[in-house]
Amino acid sequence: MRELKKPALMPYVCCGDPNVQFTKKLIKAMVANGADAIELGIPFSDPMADGKTIQEAITRALKGGMTPGKALEMLKELRKEGVEVPIFIMTYYNIPFSSGIANFTKLAKEAGADGFIIPDLPIEESDELRSACDEHDLVLVQFITPGCSSERLEKIVKNAKGFLYAVSVLGITGARDGISEDAIELIKRTKKITELPVVIGFGISNEAQASQYVKAGADGVIIGSKIAKIYSNENSVEEVARFCSAVKEKLQKSK
Amino acid sequence: MKRYFGKYGGQFVPETLVPALAHLEEEYCKIKDDKSFQENLSNLLFDYCGRPTPLYLAKRLSKKLGVGRIYLKREDLLHTGAHKINNAIGQSLLAKKMGKKRIIAETGAGQHGVATATAAALLGLECEIYMGSTDAKRQELNVFKMNLLGTKVNIVESGSKTLKDAINEALRDYTANFKDTHYLIGSALGPHPYPTIVRDFQSVIGIEAKKQILEKEGKLPDCLVACVGGGSNAIGLFSAFLDEPVEMIGVEAGGNGKQHAERLTGKAREGVLHGMKSYFLQDENGQIQNTYSVSAGLDYAGVGPEHSNLKEMERAKYVSVNDQEALSAFKTLSQYEGITPALESAHAVGYVMKMEKAEDKTIIINLSGRGDKDAPQVMELLK
Ligand SMILES: Cc1ncc(COP(=O)(O)O)c(C=O)c1O
Repeated sequence: MRELKKPALMPYVCCGDPNVQFTKKLIKAMVANGADAIELGIPFSDPMADGKTIQEAITRALKGGMTPGKALEMLKELRKEGVEVPIFIMTYYNIPFSSGIANFTKLAKEAGADGFIIPDLPIEESDELRSACDEHDLVLVQFITPGCSSERLEKIVKNAKGFLYAVSVLGITGARDGISEDAIELIKRTKKITELPVVIGFGISNEAQASQYVKAGADGVIIGSKIAKIYSNENSVEEVARFCSAVKEKLQKSK
Repeated sequence: MKRYFGKYGGQFVPETLVPALAHLEEEYCKIKDDKSFQENLSNLLFDYCGRPTPLYLAKRLSKKLGVGRIYLKREDLLHTGAHKINNAIGQSLLAKKMGKKRIIAETGAGQHGVATATAAALLGLECEIYMGSTDAKRQELNVFKMNLLGTKVNIVESGSKTLKDAINEALRDYTANFKDTHYLIGSALGPHPYPTIVRDFQSVIGIEAKKQILEKEGKLPDCLVACVGGGSNAIGLFSAFLDEPVEMIGVEAGGNGKQHAERLTGKAREGVLHGMKSYFLQDENGQIQNTYSVSAGLDYAGVGPEHSNLKEMERAKYVSVNDQEALSAFKTLSQYEGITPALESAHAVGYVMKMEKAEDKTIIINLSGRGDKDAPQVMELLK
């Protein structure tokens, strides 16, 4: 895995929303304006962990003809064009499963991915993908939530590589205001038992939230729905770039 | 409890739901052997729902078809008109025992929605149902009934606007609200432990049928036939006969020639959706495909994991019946027996109408529901 700068700003983008050219432009603009890593969404027809905003992004991408093959092709191009930050593929398990786990991990590695984020794959079901990832030096990012008991947290952390994805709320993705005390507690509990970076996501929509989580010990933030809202409303990459640099500036001050 | 049926099943859900499902499994294990819970459940099934349902020898139909002695397991006579109430009452009691205040459910044909809304009214639970807008249109009467029962119906406009999308929405709701909410899945599908829980609550169908056929025929039947949407009425009937030398046939929706819901009989592949590994209709990239059937309750891209395993082990056989054949069975059973089946159950009857002629065979068809809900739709189709 490429090194993750901390505190990390990690935006999520749905590949191909509404087309590949736009996604490439968006990623380059975000990286130029402070994004330290990218969560690259490969759209799946039934995104059960996603709220309305990302569901709509996925629908637009699928309408535009996006496929897993085209997404990996785009990733390969980005790498050739000099995008160096870590890029994690976010998708649902049926996408790699249906293509064949061995095949898909190999293709992802060749395209330049650093790992996978699969929201419908708890550790109990993850052996097959994890060992394929190990073989290709990819990380399979694990989720932790405020509902994890201390035993479960230990169990997840023991298996984890790369970073831990802390879910800030019980629920699905979608921009929210305010911060969650349970999430702060989760960050603290986790930092006590591991050296791995803890990156927090789900519901983060502004600099203030991002900064409070980092002050509480988070090593980074993932922002998805808010970014999709900005670019789909304004149809503008510039607005997203401005948003990223504002968040980044605040993160840096919160260290 | 077993997480898998052979290689199918599992628990492919967001981490957030893992503790919630672990808790559900724990509580279910407690009530499974709890005398007072089981007594309470069977009292409601008998006094409120109308169990046991008759096993009825359909003489005129048998004579007309000449494929053997055809018995109908009359789940259509149950309160609310389908087998769905068995599971809805069972899980609602469980929810109540777990201290949940609210239940949510998906529905396709609306039968499971009505059954859940009914159980909620009976037990004083808050209830919300998710239903695709396509289904809400073709099952308007059931939407009205759910409202009448005090349930809120959330119309789902995403994806194919049918059962699959209603399940997505219900899972999202559950992920956010599991602390006070129980997700009452309506078929033998979803993440572990749901396929087992739903099967167990539906197994009363097979247990009764076995006893009844032994009384009437003095021997086991040769063959069981049931329609398969997610697979709950079929597994409910089959489960009592799994270790017996009895042929089992699951009937899927063949649709209109272009589109269908043939998972175990068609081109479906192994996949992962709605928390389970099973067979799903999907394109070459793993995107779940839209399905179609005249019957909303069979219109689903996947199938419960236990059926995938029964198919793999060749313990059950899966076949398909198309819209036309189902409509013809809908009419035939009405005209020869005075029983109008649900369009779902008409698929099971439709298969028996295609069976080879035989004199001495005994067949049990699971008549999973009654056709009242479908009458307006069929009236339009037959115009
Ligand atoms: C009467 C009836 N039969 C069958 C089904 C199909 O479900 P399952 O395969 O779970 O029995 C439905 C579903 O709505 C139904 O209403």
